[in-house]
Amino acid sequence: MTSPLAVVALVGRMVVLFSLLMLVPLAFGLTGHDAAEHAFLVSTGVTFLSGALMSLATRRFRRELQPRDGFVLVGLTWLVLPAFGALPLLLAIPGLSVTDAYFEAMSGFTATGATALSGLDALPLSVNVWRCFMMLIGGLGIIVLAVAILPLLGVGGAQLFKAETAGPLKDAKLTPRIAETARGLWTVYFVVSVLCFFSYRAAGMSWPDAFMHMCSTMGLGGFSSHDLSFGYWNSPAIEAVAVVFMMLSGVSFALYFVAWKQRSLSVLWNNVEVRAFYLVVIATVALISIYLTVHGVYPDFQESLRHTVFHVVSIATTTGYASYDYAKWPLFAPLLMILLGCFATCAGSTGGGIKMVRMLLLLKQSYRELVRIVHPNVVNPVVIGGAAVSPRVIQSVIAYMMVYGASLVALTMLLLFSGLDVVTAFTAVIACVNNIGPGLGDVGPSVNYGGLSDFQIWVCTFGMLLGRLELLAVLVLFTPQFWRG
Amino acid sequence: MNIIILGAGRVGESVAESLVSEKNDITVIDTNPQRLRELEDRLDLRGVPGNGIQPSVLEAAGARDADMLIACAPLDETNLVCCKVAHDVFNIPTTIARIRSPEFPNDGPLMSNEGFAVDQVICPEESLTSYIRKLIEYPEALQVLEFARGTVSLIAVRAVTGGPMVRHVISELPQLVPNVEMRFVAIYRTDELGQDHQLVCDGTTRIEPGDEVFVLAATRDIRRVLDALRRRDEPVRRVMIAGGGRVGLRLAREIQDDCHVKVIESNLSRCEYLTTQLHSEALVLQGDSTDEELLETENVQDTDLFLALTSDDEDNIMACLLAKRMGARRVLALINRRAYADLVQGTQIDIALSPAQTVIGELLAYVRRGDVEAVYSLRRGAAEALEAVAHGDRKSSKVVGRRIDELPLPSGAQIGAIVRTIHDAEVYQRVIIPHHDTVIETDDHVIVFVPRKRMVREIEKLFQVSATFMF
Repeated sequence: MTSPLAVVALVGRMVVLFSLLMLVPLAFGLTGHDAAEHAFLVSTGVTFLSGALMSLATRRFRRELQPRDGFVLVGLTWLVLPAFGALPLLLAIPGLSVTDAYFEAMSGFTATGATALSGLDALPLSVNVWRCFMMLIGGLGIIVLAVAILPLLGVGGAQLFKAETAGPLKDAKLTPRIAETARGLWTVYFVVSVLCFFSYRAAGMSWPDAFMHMCSTMGLGGFSSHDLSFGYWNSPAIEAVAVVFMMLSGVSFALYFVAWKQRSLSVLWNNVEVRAFYLVVIATVALISIYLTVHGVYPDFQESLRHTVFHVVSIATTTGYASYDYAKWPLFAPLLMILLGCFATCAGSTGGGIKMVRMLLLLKQSYRELVRIVHPNVVNPVVIGGAAVSPRVIQSVIAYMMVYGASLVALTMLLLFSGLDVVTAFTAVIACVNNIGPGLGDVGPSVNYGGLSDFQIWVCTFGMLLGRLELLAVLVLFTPQFWRG
Repeated sequence: MNIIILGAGRVGESVAESLVSEKNDITVIDTNPQRLRELEDRLDLRGVPGNGIQPSVLEAAGARDADMLIACAPLDETNLVCCKVAHDVFNIPTTIARIRSPEFPNDGPLMSNEGFAVDQVICPEESLTSYIRKLIEYPEALQVLEFARGTVSLIAVRAVTGGPMVRHVISELPQLVPNVEMRFVAIYRTDELGQDHQLVCDGTTRIEPGDEVFVLAATRDIRRVLDALRRRDEPVRRVMIAGGGRVGLRLAREIQDDCHVKVIESNLSRCEYLTTQLHSEALVLQGDSTDEELLETENVQDTDLFLALTSDDEDNIMACLLAKRMGARRVLALINRRAYADLVQGTQIDIALSPAQTVIGELLAYVRRGDVEAVYSLRRGAAEALEAVAHGDRKSSKVVGRRIDELPLPSGAQIGAIVRTIHDAEVYQRVIIPHHDTVIETDDHVIVFVPRKRMVREIEKLFQVSATFMF
């Protein structure tokens, strides 16, 4: 039986950690003396005190985590932290509703990039920094970060780690100790982030902009400090940097860690999932750029290639930047891009969606069934990267897909019920559950989620959480078996 | 020579058998005394029961005076350690180890004297695999053996009605196949009673359908020689392998890019392992290789080559008979018991392959004295083909500087080809199909066909350089 209080004690610690992360935007606020300086002082204080209080009050209940506590902890953490993350937004932006603030924080934290705010350029710098910084933290996972730097989780850490990182095959530990693994992942993440930061600066962004866009690129989130997003610069160089780092972040950071340990890139090159990811993205870019040229959307092929590369990569990696209103393209192109966003990124990356490896497993499983019809005696387990995948994993992937489909349908129906049109409702759900960000129609790249009603916003918020924690980890909390023991 | 053999398994037994017959003193070490007694009863050798990696056991087996250790215990690790002990404790000059894992190459630092001190690694699975691969490359041949680093090949082929050379006498053949030099070294014919006879190969011998013919030719001419002996077969495209053991897997892995491979294996977890080792195009089927329904659903009638490679002789024979009956183009059975192999070769079963024999060739080259480069057992050990290097000059050597017809060769033995390194403007190898007046020069590689094993020693002696040459 899980004891909620023991978990609350740990969530308290997570909140304290979170208040420390708030020091980053606070520092921006203090140095620039912007309008949100006060808001961040208050919210950092409130967050720290609440966290300390939570963990002190439940101190007696602390004990070693059981595997099952992991799901509660992850679920609770991901519900509570966006609330604290919304606090400074609420204080700093006059007239922002609680719903929109929580939505915005959740969108940042799950690295979705859907925004309900407009007039971004007029917001205080520290608020924009905070929005983006949440993406950097949430992208790889705050619990992974906690495992890496806090000795709080004990043996149950591995379970937590699994609940938060994405992908169906989570058994491979990179190092004997899970904390070491988490630290390795964050180190790699940090190093690539620093590279990204300087590349943006070199390509022509200001220092604060480079920092913010580094955060939202690495987390594959998609927040920007400008309403025009990348259209603000209209610079091929900046777009190129974004494309490179989005593609880098779409690959499992664990693989970079291994490659770095082995001092060789072959582990990346030989990985089926990485290959499929790159292949699918490149093929789609080729297809759409030709399609757009044929339809005469852009004057020449070069122009259409530039826009296609940026947008396909941005949507396929579930980032969601826009430099141009791609909703004006013939519907086939943006729909294909959004479809790609559902599965293109690799497990273990900061991207959302089904993940390429699940897609590969399903394809291979289907092919396997076809072969089985012709050759009844054949033994052909699904093989990925030279190892047979156990039927258990395949079953869980199929269950995942069922739940995924059901969730999409259910959430879309809810939005339709609330009065949205089909395209908006469907793409909004896809964009949220896959943590992409912008959809089409009323939630397209040129408009935002600000026009949705409170109810619709809550549906989208839930979709983002569901997608980020990969459905089953959230839904298991709603099963009676889980609580019965 | 004093030879210690570790392990009285199938390989150990056949090695012992062929070495005993060549007047070597053999001691076999094995943990199973019962097994040793059986061997002692059958062959003239000594058995020492015990664990061969223990110095005391090796000592008891006479390791102090041994000239050679051949370690062919079932486990790689036993063989490695045994060689190390033999080398470090007893200074045995030559150590040979059977290593199954491909991760211990012969020339690696692990095999040096500082490492496990193995002079030669032999791998029966590898020999078998390359043997079978040759058959896939030349589907008409029964056996293809290479000499002198691949420049010369000995081909065994069954003559069939309709081949251009068939029903001609050997002396007519040069006109039939112009510009190809070849030498018929032996022809075996089965009489009405089912007994094999070797025919004398001279100009007047007529090739009849059904004859098993051994031809030596330069490797680049193999194709044309085969075409002359029988109509060309379709290339092998579909291969069915019954038995996914070590040999089956190795072979499947090597040919999966060129052929469509189906592997039948009865053990489910082994099947799953196979699928992870092979491309997804190769089909792994779980089932019994003698299950005719399975063979039928998998279209055995369309297979070009059916290979029965399980560890069970009877299963292999039955599977092959079944596959042949159901329409497989060619079938090959792996048969460990020599009696069975002789029984079925050339019947319904096209090729009977005896694994021990393929290894022994490799081994024999090390055991033999003189300058023997390569030795192959033919017809399951009855005959032999060997490649010897001629050294010295007319005074010190019995072969150098002499015409072929001056050599005191035992009757039936034939010099089939000579590979000579020519130092002209550039260095190249020339294949000479010798005539009675060809003169052997020093450093020639001479390929000799020996119809009976007991003649081997005479040939070896012939090529030995007399002591005077050394000083």
